[in-house]
Amino acid sequence: MTDLSYVRADESPNLPPPVNTTGVIGWMRANLFSSIGNTILTLIGVFLAYSIFEPLIEFSLINAVWEGENRQACVAPPDSGLHVGACWAYVKAYLPQFIYGRYPIDERWRVDIVYGLFALLLIPMAIPGVPFKRTNALLLLIAYPIVAYFLLTGGFGLQIVETNLWGGLLVTLVIAVTGITASLPLGILLALGRRSNLPIIKLVSVIFIEFWRGVPLITVLFMSSVMLPLFLPEGVNFDKLLRVLIGVTLFSAAYMAEVVRGGLQAIPKGQYEGAQALGLRYWQMMGLIILPQALKLVIPGIVNTFIGLFKDTTLVLIVGMFDLLGQIQSSFTDPTWSSPTQAHTGYLFAAMVFWSFCFGMSRYSLFMEKKLHTGHKR
Amino acid sequence: MAENTVEAEELHANRSKMHISDTDVAIEITKMNKWYGDFHVLKDIDLRVMRGERIVICGPSGSGKSTMIRCINRLEEHQKGSIVVDGIELTNDLKKIDEIRREVGMVFQHFNLFPHLTILENCTLAPIWVRKMPKKEAEEIAMHYLSRVKIPEQAHKYPGQLSGGQQQRVAIARSLCMNPRIMLFDEPTSALDPEMIKEVLDVMVGLAEEGMTMLCVTHEMGFARQVANRVIFMDRGQIVEQNEPEEFFNNPKHERTQLFLSQILHH
Repeated sequence: MTDLSYVRADESPNLPPPVNTTGVIGWMRANLFSSIGNTILTLIGVFLAYSIFEPLIEFSLINAVWEGENRQACVAPPDSGLHVGACWAYVKAYLPQFIYGRYPIDERWRVDIVYGLFALLLIPMAIPGVPFKRTNALLLLIAYPIVAYFLLTGGFGLQIVETNLWGGLLVTLVIAVTGITASLPLGILLALGRRSNLPIIKLVSVIFIEFWRGVPLITVLFMSSVMLPLFLPEGVNFDKLLRVLIGVTLFSAAYMAEVVRGGLQAIPKGQYEGAQALGLRYWQMMGLIILPQALKLVIPGIVNTFIGLFKDTTLVLIVGMFDLLGQIQSSFTDPTWSSPTQAHTGYLFAAMVFWSFCFGMSRYSLFMEKKLHTGHKR
Repeated sequence: MAENTVEAEELHANRSKMHISDTDVAIEITKMNKWYGDFHVLKDIDLRVMRGERIVICGPSGSGKSTMIRCINRLEEHQKGSIVVDGIELTNDLKKIDEIRREVGMVFQHFNLFPHLTILENCTLAPIWVRKMPKKEAEEIAMHYLSRVKIPEQAHKYPGQLSGGQQQRVAIARSLCMNPRIMLFDEPTSALDPEMIKEVLDVMVGLAEEGMTMLCVTHEMGFARQVANRVIFMDRGQIVEQNEPEEFFNNPKHERTQLFLSQILHH
């Protein structure tokens, strides 16, 4: 007969984990070489990575041309058998165009100020520890757009610069930043509208969202630049960039609305009840309790929409505007720099610029998600 | 056995301290009916609660007890009859609903703390935004009530870092910060581990001793015996029986009450 009674006499000590489960060796053993099959897959993976990155590095760095005055620098002498890689000299020569488009050279300092102010206001806004967030937000969201508008378009003694002269990164950033900042609040309002108890507000929100989600962005852009003037009374005309801005904003607001609605649906009913029982009104409840939680939940979706919008700015090319990609493409027709690798280099550069902006947004959103995580959800 | 008598005496002494008004009506519910679609959840509810009363409402699940107290602060809408809270009749008038919600505190089964705010912020939010109180004053009041529920040291943590019992005590403190005249408790201990039930009940007993008007949906019969001056038994959307706790537990009249009590008391 076994004794059912047992009483522990002393506490078991805490032991360190077995050696080969920690450190680099342990990690590699666990993740890369845990079995024969995994070892084979690891080796195949290494081989594939090598065969993709080796030519890329060779093209963009090792065989690349960094300095030069014209196409001669980037063309290998005939029958020399040399491979010429990326023609960075061409990018360097064209860089001002890629950044400013056809913005008058003497007025480009205005664009520089707009870029500089943006960085100056955005960076302290984005770092959590920096004080004066409220002032900063007011400056960034209200004062800055006004200043930027007059600096870029002119007026108050500054030379007027028509928007059809704008181009390159300037157009890309103007569309992306305006679209991002305007579509988020609009999307939140639409999401709240779609969940509203008031039938008319709900109907209007649903129709708006479904309409804009149902048409491709290209159609929206065509409509805004070709069709819209037909509906407007004679003599009334908007600037083309403004029309594109409105189109892009409304388009992404519809997507944003659905992302935010997803977040709103994830908030338990108890949060609404807790807020109501304390006497908070609708907008207080939404602004203080529901939206902070809902938006935090859907940060990945929101940033996804931002990134999508950023990349979709390239579509404005079809209505005759030159964003960064359009500007790069149009430079291919210049015989001064025509070389076998010109287009490759141009596209590689475009990809690098777009990628760094999008990757930046992506990393920042991950950082904010971690920062805003306040323990377990209940 | 001797201990029990001492406790009972204490009980009696405590209860006599709690003053119930004879004239001041806190809540008056008359012929109140509610339906969920076709389902008749509450049938002709009549209930008058005097200021200072401590009422425990019990009954099987689905009997409408939570729905009834949730009608009092308009988390649920009633369709027939009337509810008058503190002299204000509940209608669709949002102003009156807000007014009532400011005076009526509520504690939920699942606490419903705001997870993105610290404990202190949870407590100061409503005083600041609803009562328009200066932040500093709201914080002082919050710390006062957090001390009363014995967790002032947790003020700067987030709800997710606290145990269930601590969270429920915060929820009570949060309600008290609005200085309510009536408190509603909707199964406040049902989601708690046995070890934590006592700490929450202790806070509620303290509140009762101070004369708070309380309506409490709970199955804690010990609590009912200790503080309630009236126990209400509900079944199938109706008030089936109500009485003083002694009488209610020792001598239930209705057979459904007897059946219910036999099931929860002897298991």
